[in-house]
Amino acid sequence: TPLTDREKKKVIRDMMMLVLARPPRSCNFLQWRDLKIVYKRWYASLYFCAGLEDKDNELLALEVLHRYVELLDKYFGNVCELDIIFNFEKAYFILDEFLMGGEILETSKLAVGVSMEEADTLQEEEKEQEEVGKTDKERFACGRGLRE
Amino acid sequence: MPAVSKGDGMRGLAVFISDIRNCKSKEAEIKRINKELANIRSKFKGDKALDGYSKKKYVCKLLFIFLLGHDIDFGHMEAVNLLSSNKYTEKQIGYLFISVLVNSNSELIRLINNAIKNDLSSRNPTFMCLALHCIANVGSREMAEAFASEIPRILVAGDTMDSVKQSAALCLLRLYKTSPDLVLMGEWTSRVVHLLNDQHMGVVTAAISLITCLSQKNPDEFKTCVSLAVSRLSRIVSSASTDLQDYTYYFVPAPWLSCKLLRLLQCYPPPEDGAVKGRLVECLETILNKAQEPPKSKKVQHSNAKNAILFEAISLIIHYDSEPNLLVRACNQLGQFLQHRETNLRYLALESMCTLASSEFSHEAVKTHIETVINALKTERDVSVRQRAADLLYAMCDRSNAKQIVAEMLSYLETADYSIREEMVLKVAILAEKYAVDYSWYVDTILNLIRIAGDYVSEEVWYRVIQIVINRDDVQGYAAKTVFEALQAPACHENMVKVGGYILGEFGNLIAGDPRSSPLVQFNLLHSKFHLCSVPTRALLLSAYIKFINLFPETKATIQEVLRCDSQIRNSDVELQQRAVEYLKLSSIASTDVLATVLEEMPPFPERESSILAKLKKKKGPGAVSVTELDDSKREAGELNGGADRGPDTAAMAASNASTPSPSADLLGIRSAAPVGAAQTNAGSLLVDVFSDSGPAAPSAAVNDDGFLSSAPPSEDPAPPLSEADELLNKFVCKNNGVLFENQLLQIGIKSEYRQNLGRMYLFYGNKTSVQFASFSTTVSCPGELQAQLNVQSKPVEPLVEGGAQIQQVLNIECITDFCDAPLLNIKFRYGGALQNLTLKLPVTINKFFQPTEMSSSDFFQRWKQLSQPQQEAQKIFKANHSMDTEVLKAKLLGLGTALLDNIDPNPENYVCAGVIQTKGQQIGCLLRLEPNAQAQVQMYRLTLRCSKDTVSKRLCELLAQQF
Repeated sequence: TPLTDREKKKVIRDMMMLVLARPPRSCNFLQWRDLKIVYKRWYASLYFCAGLEDKDNELLALEVLHRYVELLDKYFGNVCELDIIFNFEKAYFILDEFLMGGEILETSKLAVGVSMEEADTLQEEEKEQEEVGKTDKERFACGRGLRE
Repeated sequence: MPAVSKGDGMRGLAVFISDIRNCKSKEAEIKRINKELANIRSKFKGDKALDGYSKKKYVCKLLFIFLLGHDIDFGHMEAVNLLSSNKYTEKQIGYLFISVLVNSNSELIRLINNAIKNDLSSRNPTFMCLALHCIANVGSREMAEAFASEIPRILVAGDTMDSVKQSAALCLLRLYKTSPDLVLMGEWTSRVVHLLNDQHMGVVTAAISLITCLSQKNPDEFKTCVSLAVSRLSRIVSSASTDLQDYTYYFVPAPWLSCKLLRLLQCYPPPEDGAVKGRLVECLETILNKAQEPPKSKKVQHSNAKNAILFEAISLIIHYDSEPNLLVRACNQLGQFLQHRETNLRYLALESMCTLASSEFSHEAVKTHIETVINALKTERDVSVRQRAADLLYAMCDRSNAKQIVAEMLSYLETADYSIREEMVLKVAILAEKYAVDYSWYVDTILNLIRIAGDYVSEEVWYRVIQIVINRDDVQGYAAKTVFEALQAPACHENMVKVGGYILGEFGNLIAGDPRSSPLVQFNLLHSKFHLCSVPTRALLLSAYIKFINLFPETKATIQEVLRCDSQIRNSDVELQQRAVEYLKLSSIASTDVLATVLEEMPPFPERESSILAKLKKKKGPGAVSVTELDDSKREAGELNGGADRGPDTAAMAASNASTPSPSADLLGIRSAAPVGAAQTNAGSLLVDVFSDSGPAAPSAAVNDDGFLSSAPPSEDPAPPLSEADELLNKFVCKNNGVLFENQLLQIGIKSEYRQNLGRMYLFYGNKTSVQFASFSTTVSCPGELQAQLNVQSKPVEPLVEGGAQIQQVLNIECITDFCDAPLLNIKFRYGGALQNLTLKLPVTINKFFQPTEMSSSDFFQRWKQLSQPQQEAQKIFKANHSMDTEVLKAKLLGLGTALLDNIDPNPENYVCAGVIQTKGQQIGCLLRLEPNAQAQVQMYRLTLRCSKDTVSKRLCELLAQQF
């Protein structure tokens, strides 16, 4: 079920408050409304966060986040918040190459890497996409550097 | 063409982004953005056609601005144009913009769909993937209509590239989730199942998500997938860690695919075919064995992936619930994890064990971990983990360990996090009731609950203890003694006063023999708390007092004295005043026999499911309460002979209104000598008394039974409502009396009064001319849905209205359920031969049935949080139409019918209100917050409503936005 823009913003805001307020060394999972939230902190200020339905596997979702970071890393070379802010469209594209509608599309780093390179050479630039789409499965309200 | 270094694609964009980042303040950022927006707008509007690159750059900037949280209201057309570009990156940015900023503008959707259609048929795999991604990301109904039949074709076509197949499978899944009715099963479905055998692991991974979802809805059609899934799983599990090349993740072969296969199998019962089943059991054993092997890598990714598969396998074992051997192994494995140093694993182990606890094979095995779990509850640093530990304790509780678990939970409550207290309270209350062997333990536990966490004890909990005490006479004396002792504490929670008042009122006589708890001592004890309590509690105490008069005639004089004092009998709260007046009168007029009948002990409550359990279920959503629990609750309901959904207080009221002659009925009988009718009439005529300046009250009360709708046949159809009818209606949202309508001939005045779900409205029709109105008639109608929601009865009026005269009409209104429209009042008369025909909206709005609710700040926020479903909230930001004068605002908010609460909102400028809307069938709690912003150039308000019913939030929000 699609959310309105306002609801999306609210979800993102709630998530930020919830996740940033977590003390260090907490576990990476928490319950929020009827969703299981899995989050991962990368370096200092970069957080990735996914919402799961009741039956989904939390550990694997954590590794989905990790794999995404790896993909970003591979593309940007040690990804940091600034890479994502300045190349936000590419962060979207990479996510799109990896996930679709919240489901895993391709787990192979190689395959994703190949298609990213293809896209880069294919024309002058890059490819891939994201879904802030907030569909109903794994939602990615991620990647935006938390500047505060 | 050489690969370009990343990020130099759009220099203008990078400059813009760093500009924004350099902004020192929010204002500067907004200024920079507005400048950019103006620039982009002028470029888009300019005469010069933009090249693809510029268009892409500007669209990208818009996207960035949107992601910063600003609204974007143009640029969609340019983005759509990019879709038809031949340059990959331009097309890509176009699709990205569309995916992120979906707009249900129908004109655009048509264009977008066209572009997608072109790309899908382009045979260029990268373009096809882009198009499929866009469909999946937007997932709108329009798109499903356009493409739901096309995508299965692409998915199973022999010549489709693997990468496109992957995208097509997940795209179809997305459409199936949003619009299942549009994705038709067909010949393609059987071919989809065989994708499980595909050589390309990526294709299998994508396809299995689709197959799992389809199997859940159509299990029979996809049954063949079980054996395919088992053999695929078996191949992966037995493969060496390097076999699968890039699909091996940190030495774990294909963890995502493995988990999905295990998940797919959870859609089906255990395989019937012995060979398949054997192979599967072997797989599960291998997975369990691998958990004991030393890790192949120290990296957390390795153990996460490995354990993800393990947990999924355990889920499948629990799902089958038929292999005792595997169940016990699973339980032991989880037991190990309970003590693992990884917090994540402890969390998950607690979570999975919760489901294991409900299996008869493993329940006992789970119970052996009780000490570890209790320890987790006490020592875990992370609240999420403690929450899981509490859940597990609840799940593993049975008669053998109930006392220990309840005691641990109670002691944890004293320090528990605020966020989980309410749920803990409910759980303790349920366990205490479910496993009570002797009911004195139960009473002790609940009173402890109130003492420790009184603020979090919801009404259901204290209703329930009263229901049980009333239904079990072996515990009544003990309960009376215990509450009496509990009330001795210098500071005691209001909920304790409620329980105490109720129980002593019913069973105080059981302890009255002891001089230390003689009737007067009991009364004085209760009354010493009276002044600190809220209105509902005071009302309850007054009822307890009148019961005392019956139980102990010696307290009569003292209690009458209390009832007679001004603070009761002239209390500004209508309910309290009414009770004081009626009880006083009852106690002085009625004979002992009558008193004894009226104030008889409460009859046992009928058997029902525990209302607390219902509440917990509601809180946690379906699935949170396991099946065994439900069974238990049925059994328990039988054992206990307890429980009604209504609270004892309302039940008592209803009972006294219906079966026994109620105090209020008696009183009215004495005073107005009118026959006592149904409870509804009573309430109606009470109103008349309150409404003092409305002329002769008794006659109108007497006629109110036969006052049906005027049925004078109108000579012409009623006119449509006046154009200003809504505006007139809005004037009366916050007030009840005034002039509703006026023109040169006629003036219509209104006086109205509401109580609970009933209302009475007096309409005054004034003839402003010196000439008689002939054939004067009025009709009240409830159009459409309203007919079932609101009941309005009126009495016909005199057909002649002399010049300068005024006639009066009474309407009786009953709110059946919440409503949005207003009833229509049509008036027809002849003035000098010409027929006048006009229709107005009667200012009956849902807020008229508000009862104000006072509450503390913590109560308020707790309730606010409870009403957190998105539909329950309605919000509007609007310009101020009137001055922001504090007193005017306060008067309006009070006029609304809610209680205006002070010292709640951290910002003293804001207004916070609470109330309950009373309809015939239900009570709807409403919370309101109004935030004025007087600083802004244009004075603005933000209004937020949260109600237990979503339609009410919406309606109130609409109504109120017009008021300020």
